[in-house]
Amino acid sequence: MHSATVKPSPAAKILWVAIAIVGAWCLGVVALRRGEPINAIWLVAASLCVFLIGYRFYGKFIEHSVLRLDPTRAPPSVLRNDGLDYVPTDKWVVFGHHFAAIAGAGPLVGPVLAAQMGYLPGTMWILFGVVFAGAVQDFMILGLSLRRDGRSLGHMLREELGPVPGLVAMIGVLVLMMIVLAVLALVVVKALTHSPWGTFTVAATIPIALLMGAYLRWLRPGRILEVSVIGLALLLLSIWAGRFVAGSDTLGPIFDLDAKALAWWLIGYGFCASVLPVWLLLAPRDYLSTFLKIGTIALLALAIFLAAPMLQMPAVTRFIDGTGPVFQGNLFPFLFITIACGAVSGWHSIIASGTTPKLLANEGQARLVGYGGMLCEAFVAIMALVAAVSLHPGVYFAMNAPGALIGTTAEHAAQVISQWGFVVTPDALVQTAKDVGEQSILSRAGGAPTLAVGMAQLLHNIIPGEGMMAFWYHYAILFEALFILTTVDAGTRVGRFMIQEIAGLIHKPLQASESWAGNLLATAICVGLWGYFLYQGAVDPLGGINTLWPLFGIANQMLAAIALMLATVVVVKLKRERYVWVPGIPAIWLITCTLAAGYEKLVGPISFTAAADKYAAALAGGQMLAPAKTAAAMQQIVTNNRVDMAMTAIFMALVVAMTLFCLNALARAWRTNHPTAHEEPYVALAATQH
Amino acid sequence: MGIHARLRATWKRAVQTARLCCGVPDYDAYVRHLREHHPERTVPSYAEFFRERQEARYKGGGGRCC
Repeated sequence: MHSATVKPSPAAKILWVAIAIVGAWCLGVVALRRGEPINAIWLVAASLCVFLIGYRFYGKFIEHSVLRLDPTRAPPSVLRNDGLDYVPTDKWVVFGHHFAAIAGAGPLVGPVLAAQMGYLPGTMWILFGVVFAGAVQDFMILGLSLRRDGRSLGHMLREELGPVPGLVAMIGVLVLMMIVLAVLALVVVKALTHSPWGTFTVAATIPIALLMGAYLRWLRPGRILEVSVIGLALLLLSIWAGRFVAGSDTLGPIFDLDAKALAWWLIGYGFCASVLPVWLLLAPRDYLSTFLKIGTIALLALAIFLAAPMLQMPAVTRFIDGTGPVFQGNLFPFLFITIACGAVSGWHSIIASGTTPKLLANEGQARLVGYGGMLCEAFVAIMALVAAVSLHPGVYFAMNAPGALIGTTAEHAAQVISQWGFVVTPDALVQTAKDVGEQSILSRAGGAPTLAVGMAQLLHNIIPGEGMMAFWYHYAILFEALFILTTVDAGTRVGRFMIQEIAGLIHKPLQASESWAGNLLATAICVGLWGYFLYQGAVDPLGGINTLWPLFGIANQMLAAIALMLATVVVVKLKRERYVWVPGIPAIWLITCTLAAGYEKLVGPISFTAAADKYAAALAGGQMLAPAKTAAAMQQIVTNNRVDMAMTAIFMALVVAMTLFCLNALARAWRTNHPTAHEEPYVALAATQH
Repeated sequence: MGIHARLRATWKRAVQTARLCCGVPDYDAYVRHLREHHPERTVPSYAEFFRERQEARYKGGGGRCC
């Protein structure tokens, strides 16, 4: 296993040369073939080879040279074993747990949005990003935490950089979380708008979860797998029933909601779900969504391998010039913030310094879990990209371009999209909507519906059948909505505890998590914060995702930059300066991308400032700009854009401040001629086994 | 190890992974830990253990990814 000291056998050498040649060949096909569509298998094979080589060589290099992980050293799980949080655990079990914790909606949404530039830019960024930045971040933060009793990112930042940088970073995390919750909830709103079938099935998860909660509490305590199978059967039943509900004259209209109404329902639901006891609603949904997520990812992989679709989107579209309808902005920097999760995701640094380092039984297993886990997430991102680019480009743009550009009828949308060079007939758009059992597929940005249509087509190719495509579409929507809503509920609770802690500084009794007043107040504040951004997205003239996703990308990459900067500082503090580039270069790249994207969102034609000014000028001139119909609505759009300006400025200020703190720490560590990192002392693993 | 025993071990590990994904660690390992290090404490039933872990999972800290 620790083959650094063992010379690789000739067979192993030949194998790695073969993988390298296959990988290079596949990448060559992906990158150079023009004019004729290529098969998705090329892209998948190229990715797998890149991941294997990255894992075997770069991952190992980081393990041995940069982190210098030591299999003889006792990890926190052994030193502080308490049987609950700190437990030495089988490496594959930890891997499964870690992957389930990091894989969320992010890698399914970003690549779908980035597909507007063609499949090549997104693929290249995912492959290079994950090997040199994303997996490096996850692995290094895990490695650092392993040497520090499994401490959290915030704790390590305070220890290595000082209390002020630690506090600044934690404010960043709280704000990031509110944006994450809002943008994810918006994905659900976009998917369910005027979709009674989808709305019914998602609503049905509430009684199903209550039932599961009661079952787990009183009938068969703790039988998670058993109750999840029952829950899954009920979910599938609700998808089947959804068709009849949507078709019914009495029930259909109840579940046929517009974006604003859905946003209000979600805000109300988020509040209830995070105030109720967890066993009743939150936990059972969590179990269901975890298993459904893993199962569906496996299903998607199987579908891509079996269906082997052709990639219909060109390798590179004209929208790399920044005029794309899905999100505005040039390839640099916007591709690199649009695909965050999947290439590099700051949020993972919180997971990698959460439960995972407390479970690993040996430092030698950190590469598998940290580096390997992130490569798996990148593979999910590649699959999402494949599902999006194997759709007809006309259908893709009809689903992802805002109504302000393509109108609200299939005829108009087809005409506009054909003018962009993606010839499509109105009939094709109407037929796609009909196939998936919806009234319209226009302007459903947010990734989930596009992925759902892509998945439905893939699965339909393997398992044909009358009306099955609509079933698969709603299955995919339900799967994404379910685990997004679980994230929203759990995130609201976490946010509530954070806010209660801050409130406790002002008025002590508010801090007690048993205090009903403190609980309700903090939950209301938390829901209000993300709810504001969600509602803003629901009324946004460009459809919301277009506006909020860049904000989310900037925030997420900001956190990744902070995590990588921490790793850089620690490498220098350990006096391993010659490896400073390993976390240093990706950190510099992410700082550059976030600041460049932030700048363009503050100044210039695609900025929030420009949007605010445009609506303010029209309002002053007494005009109404779509979708606003009243002066109050116009004023609200102006205010929303001003708030987004402020958010962008805050994120940029955070990045700049953290960069300065890190430069300062780097300079000091560089001058010191002995290691100054706060590692726990070495304890031999052998000494703990008695 | 016979094929039957190996299948059982694999299934046990799969269950352990699935439970850990939901924030419930291995009950047997916890009981073993209690017996070894804290013989004075009463060993909770699986139902009690499960409830305690369920509450603990959503007490803030980390959470999950986007």
